[in-house]
Amino acid sequence: MKTNDVIFQTVAKVVFFMIIFFAVHLFFAGHYYPGGGFVGGLLTSGAIVLLLLAFDMKTVRRGFPVDFKWLIGLGLLFSAGTAAGSLIFNVPFFTHAYDYFQLPLFGKTSLHTAMLFDLGVYLVVIGVTMTIIQTIGESE
Amino acid sequence: MTAISEVLIAALLLIGALLSVIAAFGVIRLPDVYTRNHAASKSATLGVMCILLATFFYFLVEDGLFSSRLLLGIAFFFITAPVAGHLISRAAYNSGVKMWDQSVRDDLKDKNR
Repeated sequence: MKTNDVIFQTVAKVVFFMIIFFAVHLFFAGHYYPGGGFVGGLLTSGAIVLLLLAFDMKTVRRGFPVDFKWLIGLGLLFSAGTAAGSLIFNVPFFTHAYDYFQLPLFGKTSLHTAMLFDLGVYLVVIGVTMTIIQTIGESE
Repeated sequence: MTAISEVLIAALLLIGALLSVIAAFGVIRLPDVYTRNHAASKSATLGVMCILLATFFYFLVEDGLFSSRLLLGIAFFFITAPVAGHLISRAAYNSGVKMWDQSVRDDLKDKNR
């Protein structure tokens, strides 16, 4: 029996962006409010899983033409690179630095290298979750 | 916190809780999966939205905090809960769950099988 998924697919397209924006918000708010890389990554992969439920795996793979295993490596590179970058400035491993900048749109903003570490966590969480789910979903 | 906002917030909270209780009673009392789903998805949605709106107003009046994620939560729930109800009902119908024996109308009977 052919099912007609038009309601679910339309709503999934709208809700996907709401979840993605909330995930990005959680990721950037992580320094001062609850949130951070882990929750943001989980929520992002949750949004992609919603698309996987509404559409089939081939369509989603066409929408996100990345091998999620590469995201794990990229995230680990970011985290380890941020930690090792402190060694260049002759301070202990994992020393973070921050400063205040005048950005054109945001005004006075504090930029922190812990952010880059968090970006690594974010990418690793997306990569691991999506790899697990796609691997299980593909096995016959 | 003024008396008007206190009354408004309390009324919204009570209406939301009452609607949730009515949804729970509907799930217990109604005869088949479709009517139960009807009760649960409709009045629980409105109940949760009332409670979230009361929370939003409380923090707006008490702390002056404009919590946009509560508004986003209301919109999100308003979009997703009926669709979830629709999908559950359709899954039940497609897997052959019987209607209540006193229901009179089944428009999908000769379309889907």
